[in-house]
Amino acid sequence: MNDELRDLYQQVILDHSRKPRNHGRLEGECVHVHGDNPSCGDEIDLYVKFDAEGKIEDLKFDGQGCAISQASASMMTSKIKGKSAADAATMREDFRRIVMGDGAPQDEDALGELQLLEGVQKFPQRVKCAMLAWRALEQATAENAAKQG
Amino acid sequence: MIDWPQVRAQFPILQQQVNGKPLIYFDSAATSQKPLAVIEAMDHYYRWDNANVHRGLHELSSRATDAFEAARAKIARFVGAGTADEIIYTRGTTEAINLVAGIWGAHFLKPGDVVLITEMEHHSNIVPWQLAAQRSGATLKFVPVLDDGTLDLVAADELLTAEVKLFAFNHISNSLGTINPVVDLCRKARSIGAVTLVDGAQAVGHVPVNVQDIGCDFYAFSGHKMCGPTGIGALYCRTQWLEKMPPWQGGGEMILHVSMERSTYKSGPARFEPGTPPIAGAIGMGAAVDYLESIGIENIAAYDDELTQYAMGRLQELEGIRILGPLTGKRGSLAAFTLAAAHPHDLVTLTNEQGLALRGGHHCTQPLMRRFKAPGTARASFYFYNTRAEIDAMMDILNDAIRFFS
Repeated sequence: MNDELRDLYQQVILDHSRKPRNHGRLEGECVHVHGDNPSCGDEIDLYVKFDAEGKIEDLKFDGQGCAISQASASMMTSKIKGKSAADAATMREDFRRIVMGDGAPQDEDALGELQLLEGVQKFPQRVKCAMLAWRALEQATAENAAKQG
Repeated sequence: MIDWPQVRAQFPILQQQVNGKPLIYFDSAATSQKPLAVIEAMDHYYRWDNANVHRGLHELSSRATDAFEAARAKIARFVGAGTADEIIYTRGTTEAINLVAGIWGAHFLKPGDVVLITEMEHHSNIVPWQLAAQRSGATLKFVPVLDDGTLDLVAADELLTAEVKLFAFNHISNSLGTINPVVDLCRKARSIGAVTLVDGAQAVGHVPVNVQDIGCDFYAFSGHKMCGPTGIGALYCRTQWLEKMPPWQGGGEMILHVSMERSTYKSGPARFEPGTPPIAGAIGMGAAVDYLESIGIENIAAYDDELTQYAMGRLQELEGIRILGPLTGKRGSLAAFTLAAAHPHDLVTLTNEQGLALRGGHHCTQPLMRRFKAPGTARASFYFYNTRAEIDAMMDILNDAIRFFS
C-alpha cells in the first residue's frame, strides 16, 4: 500500500466511515435535503435544524456510500454543529480548498480533523465523494435562507 | 491449437505498467482493447483510402465505399444475418436500441400496448422504452429476476399477453453475467405476435451469435466491445422491418429525390444512415470481425469460459464476498461482486494503485442494483487476452485490500 493510499484511508477516516457520528434522522422541524452522485450511486439524506439567525443547531445524516463520503459526512456533522451561518460557509469553502488542493484554508483550526481528508486531492475522481455531504449542506442552507425570506 | 500468449502480444496497450505495476485490464465488459490488426486497418484507411462513401466517382471514394460495404458484409456474416442489407450501422448498441424505440415505437405503438423488458437491463435498454412508452401511451412492464440472477420464466410467460407488442432483453447481462435463453424467449414472444429486440452488447465477440437461429427481429451490438473502435455499432434489422419502418433522421445519403416540398427515401440500411457515416469505424469493426474469426469465435468462447470459471472459483475464496448472478453453470465472462470489508469505490481506488483495472459502480443497471440491495459492485470482466496469472494477481490484490480495510 503506498503512502498516498495510507493518507487517503487514515485510521481516523476509516473509523468515521465504520461508526459514523450523527447518523440517522432528525426529529422535529428541520430542513431535509437529498443529495447523490449519479455516476457512482452515493446517496445522502441530510437533516439540518437552523435557528432564526441561520446557526446550525443540530444535524444528522443518513445514506450509503464509500468510506470517503461516509467519513466526510460524519466528520462534517461533528464539526459544524453549533456554527453560525458565516462560520459554516467559511468551513465549507475551506474544506473545498483542501480536498481540491485549491489554495490554503482561511481557518485551519476550525476544520480540525477534517484536514485529514486532504489526501483526497491526490485522487481527483474521489473529490465528489468527499464533497457530497457538503453540497447537501449548501443546499440545505440555501433552502433555509429561502424559507426565512 | 491457439498460441494464446502470441494472441495477447497483438494488444500493444496491455504491455504497459500502471502505477508502477503491470496493467491487469479486467474491464472489457465496458470496452475491449484493440489488436494491432484493427489499429492498422484504420490507420491504413486514413493514410491511403480516406474519402467519402457512395458519392464520389474517383478512385479513393471507390476504395472507401468498397471497404465500408465489405465491413458491413463481414459483420452481417459474423452474426448470421440473411443479407448485408439487414445490418444498419449505428454509433453503438445504445443508438441501435434508440433507433428501434424511436422509429418502430413511434410507428407501431399505441395506447394500451405493452412493451415488455426485464429487470436486468442496462439503462440503454430501459430509458429508450420509457421514452417510447411516454410518447405512445403504451405501458412498460418488467420481467422480474430471481435471486440466482436468472429471469423468472414463469412470470415471463404470464407477462407475455396479447397486449405485448415488443419484448426487449439482453443476451448476456453486464452485471449478473446471466446468459439468457434468447431462442426460447424469442419463440415465446413470436407465438403471441410480439416483436423482439435483443441487446447483444456483451455477447457479440464473446459467444457465437446467429440472429436467424435466435429468431429475433432486432439485435443491437457495439464494435468497441468486440475489439473494434468506439463510435460504431450495428443494428440487425430483419428485412420485413427494414421495409416497414419510416426514416429516422433526415439528411444526405438516405434520400432518392429531394424537392422543395418533399423527398423520397432509399430502401435498405441507407435509409437509416443519413450523413457521412463513421467510415474508419466501420472499417475497424470489419477488421475486428476478421481478427476474431482468425482465432475462431468458438475458441474465444471456450477460452473466455475457462477463464471465467477459474475466476469464479477463486473469487469465492474471498472473505465476505457476494457475487451477483448465477454461481454455477455457464455465465458471461464477468463477475460483479461486493466485499463486506470495503465499498466498491474504495476497493477500486485501491486496486487501481496496484495496476488492476476493475469497474466500480452501478454498471448502468440501477433497477437491478436496487433489486439485489447492492449500493453498487466491483466488476471484473475478462476477454481472451487475459490470463489465469492475472486472476491470481487480482486475488493477491483483493486479499491485501480486505486486510487493509478490516
